[in-house]
Amino acid sequence: MTTTPASLDDVTASATSLRRFLAGLPGVDQVGAEARAATLASRSIKTTAKQYALDLAIRMVDLTTLEGQDTPGKVRALSAKAMRPDPADPSCPAVAAVCVYPDLVATAKQQVGTSGVKVASVATGFPSGRTSLDVKVADTKDAVAAGADEVDMVIDRGAFLAGDVRTVYDEIVTTKAAAGDAHLKVILETGELATYDNVRRASWLAMLAGADFIKTSTGKVQPAATLPVTLVMLEAVRDFRVATGRQVGVKPAGGIRTAKDAIRYLVTVNEVAGPDWLDPDWFRFGASSLLNDLLAQRTKMLTGRYSGPDYFTLD
Amino acid sequence: MPSDARLDVRKTYKLFIGGAFPRSESGRTYEAFDAKGNFVANVAQASRKDARDAVLAARKAYGGWSTRTPYNRGQILYRVAEMLEGRREQFVAEVQAGEGATKKQATAAVDASIDRWVWYAGWADKIAQVTGSANAVAGPYFDFSVPEPTGVVAIVAPQESALLGLVSVVAPAIVTGNTVVVVSSYERPIPAVTLSEVLATSDLPGGVVNLLTGDPAEVAPWLASHMDVNAIDLTGIGNAVLARSLEQEAAENLKRVVRPQPTPADWAVDPGIERMTTFLETKTVWHPIGI
Amino acid sequence: MADSVFEYAPAPERRDIVDIATSYGLFIDGKFVDGSDAKTFKTISPASEEVLAEITEAGEADVDAAVKAARRAYDRVWSKTSGRDRGKYLYRIARILAERSREFAVLESLDNGKPIRESRDVDVPLSSAWFFYYAGWADKLDYAGFGPDPKPLGVAAQVIPWNFPLMMLAWKIAPALAAGNTVVLKPAETTPLTALLFADVVQQAELPPGVVNIVTGAGPTGQALVAHPDVDKVAFTGSTEVGRAIAKAVAGGRKKLTLELGGKAANVIFDDAPIDQAVEGIVNGIFFNQGHVCCAGSRLLVQESVYDDVLASLKRRMATLRVGDPLDKNTDIGAINSAEQLARIKMLSEVGDAEGAERWSPPCELPDDGFWFPPTIFTGVSQAHRIAREEIFGPVLSILTFRTPAEAVEKANNTPYGLSAGVWTEKGSRILWMADQLRAGVVWANTFNRFDPASPFGGYKESGYGREGGRHGLEAYLAV
Repeated sequence: MTTTPASLDDVTASATSLRRFLAGLPGVDQVGAEARAATLASRSIKTTAKQYALDLAIRMVDLTTLEGQDTPGKVRALSAKAMRPDPADPSCPAVAAVCVYPDLVATAKQQVGTSGVKVASVATGFPSGRTSLDVKVADTKDAVAAGADEVDMVIDRGAFLAGDVRTVYDEIVTTKAAAGDAHLKVILETGELATYDNVRRASWLAMLAGADFIKTSTGKVQPAATLPVTLVMLEAVRDFRVATGRQVGVKPAGGIRTAKDAIRYLVTVNEVAGPDWLDPDWFRFGASSLLNDLLAQRTKMLTGRYSGPDYFTLD
Repeated sequence: MPSDARLDVRKTYKLFIGGAFPRSESGRTYEAFDAKGNFVANVAQASRKDARDAVLAARKAYGGWSTRTPYNRGQILYRVAEMLEGRREQFVAEVQAGEGATKKQATAAVDASIDRWVWYAGWADKIAQVTGSANAVAGPYFDFSVPEPTGVVAIVAPQESALLGLVSVVAPAIVTGNTVVVVSSYERPIPAVTLSEVLATSDLPGGVVNLLTGDPAEVAPWLASHMDVNAIDLTGIGNAVLARSLEQEAAENLKRVVRPQPTPADWAVDPGIERMTTFLETKTVWHPIGI
Repeated sequence: MADSVFEYAPAPERRDIVDIATSYGLFIDGKFVDGSDAKTFKTISPASEEVLAEITEAGEADVDAAVKAARRAYDRVWSKTSGRDRGKYLYRIARILAERSREFAVLESLDNGKPIRESRDVDVPLSSAWFFYYAGWADKLDYAGFGPDPKPLGVAAQVIPWNFPLMMLAWKIAPALAAGNTVVLKPAETTPLTALLFADVVQQAELPPGVVNIVTGAGPTGQALVAHPDVDKVAFTGSTEVGRAIAKAVAGGRKKLTLELGGKAANVIFDDAPIDQAVEGIVNGIFFNQGHVCCAGSRLLVQESVYDDVLASLKRRMATLRVGDPLDKNTDIGAINSAEQLARIKMLSEVGDAEGAERWSPPCELPDDGFWFPPTIFTGVSQAHRIAREEIFGPVLSILTFRTPAEAVEKANNTPYGLSAGVWTEKGSRILWMADQLRAGVVWANTFNRFDPASPFGGYKESGYGREGGRHGLEAYLAV
């Protein structure tokens, strides 16, 4: 089966055709994919390249707080940091977005105002997605009504693993409609999908259903984002654009803690999907503690000194 | 005693479980003496709960240890030899004192122990080629057999040979990927505790070797009856009646059993590969050959 | 669309970690000595043509001295050294190589032209691992399957090529010493430096003098070594042409011989291959080490039904290959080892053009100094083309198609060579069927260019005979 089918409308026409199409996608050899990721991770990014990558990575961060204990105070502080990550250095760029639960979207929106930092909201019964479609739609509409620019939805992994790809597809289509103008990121929860073959299939499924972004994880399940999983998703968005002309973004989330990791992801984006994806419109990092390490490395490049946690705000 | 003689700092002899050195949960110790009858130290006396904890630690460590590359396990065992070499004098003194050996005998035993680790280190990535096979079945199938570690192995170490005997029962079990719970010689426990310190500094993951000082007659039955122990080596059980009863206990979950030898072993001779193969399972795989 | 381009800044590995002497003698009987007739040659960096050092050319008298030293060491010391102790020496060597790995990696890239990432991540670790592996066999020969107490052969003459200088040295010396032999080794004339630095490791390990001797030189030195009457065993890795000559030279005598020669391996991609990993395998198969690999996947056999997709993916992937300074950590493809080799690659590529195949390379900037060739593919190639039959030994891939598994096998086997082959398919039965049918000593399924000291490597037919690696690798050095 080739990766560029002649027509994709037939594919989504029925549950059977959808399932067959996904099953017919080329498999992913685990060892080979992981070896390629490891080689990409061995690239040495120094000096000007490192400065470029650090600034780009900062601009790609979706600064995230998704905890039961989140309060308006916490979200206001996070939003302030998102707009001004390094109070000591005004040349430091702002991040791409803050990412919060739907009931805190309004608070975040009020804080970021017209600064250009977007507000992303999780929805559809995040993180488990184990609730009715009506509740998922209501969740989405609440987020959008409160002002979310982006919606990060979760797919029904139970349905996917049980082979009911039609349900997964329909839910994404419905959620996209409910999201209106907001950009839709579809969280695959790759840790639960377990195989790279499944990640490839779920990626295509989400894109066929209209996803603007495909996202690795909720961050609540281990393993969350990994370099090989992201590599497979980057291959999928690359192939999808070749097949359909439509570009879809990628967001690894959870487990990316160091600037070094982030730079490895950017190298992978560069060499697998291509430079068109090296932009916050097409690639994001779902992270919280990553930002401070990016700032620390940025500071080291500018001052020559290793820094410490006292010099960066906690939020 | 001269008034300006330096007072030594004396070691506390503890158990080695999960890479850490806890005292016995029972709080008990027993007195260890040298071969001349002099008091050496209060040594931790392991209880059934310590044995239980050690098995848990060994099981936890098994997944990681058994899936490391054989090359990596070989390197770690070689590192144990490197660390042992550094402590040669200490071990010679301890073996001399514990076994009542001459310096020459003790030195020979320690050197043999170090060399034995080196010997076993070299087996890690070779045992599969020697015991595995591609099998010529009568059909279009690729059929192969590979050795795999059995799991958690309980070992009662030899009573007489405090270091060489101990090394000779532990190394072959772990080189192939098993993890072990060892009960050391009751009367000669000191080299075993020093060996634990060596293992703790050899990049050996915690839990791969767990060492309990104490009375085998008390501890071994709990290991023999433990349903999450896959094999038991009764080499250090001198009492035939006890050995039989332990073997019967072990039969409850069909543990692989190594019986004590009827005559005392000569640990100096070439061990052969039996102590490795005893704790290996054989997995045979079939796959059709066709277009 | 992105508003920026990710340029990787230079990331050079520092050269100053390794001390290169201005000149080197021959390593005979545990120390460096001058050559008997003051003949020398230069070794250069193929990336810049800079002279790295002056090397002694060993003449017949020098070769004789080396063999005598090896014989003395064998008779008086090494044949009396226990397996256990031989193993300990080899363990020392393995550990020292690991400790000095960065030094060796930098030196290898300088002298050979291969990217530092490869010498650092592949060549040097495998070299250390080879010594570590065979150290473990030295005192276990009874278990190796050759009967009880197998004996060594005596003195081994070993001639190695320029493509993996240190690694080929390890493949030769480790099993020879483990089995109880002493050796005289001649590294290739364009890449002697890591062998000469290895002499330092031998001294640090306090290996008895004469157990390992290293004589540098070119063809004539090799011939003298192979022809020496007091050599019991000859091991050669290099071209089929020279291998053939050696086989003729030892004919009728008592010397045992093993050869690891050229190849023209088929890399077979089926329609159900994991395409992205297969493309990696193709790239790795022919562009790893600039294609200077005897087992390189130099013939791509693609199932016709997926030809367009595979070709498009391959070209896209090739465009991200970085050709440049071997010491830059981001370089994927380094320099061609010598002017001679570059001339051969160019000549055969021109033959490819002339025979009607279509040449393609991604755009890349090649430096002015040094020897460079871009990663290149030829499409429209058939079995009758010279570029499908002759070993180019460079980053040049000939692409052919096939329809059925049987046809793939037929084409893959249709060559005098038989070193390696690659198979890409998700179907297990087919992997095993192909492995069964392919007349090659190494079959890589869903992977390529994997080497391990535990894994026997060697060829069928004109790719040579004998195996290196694994239990099998001991056979060449035992009287069995």
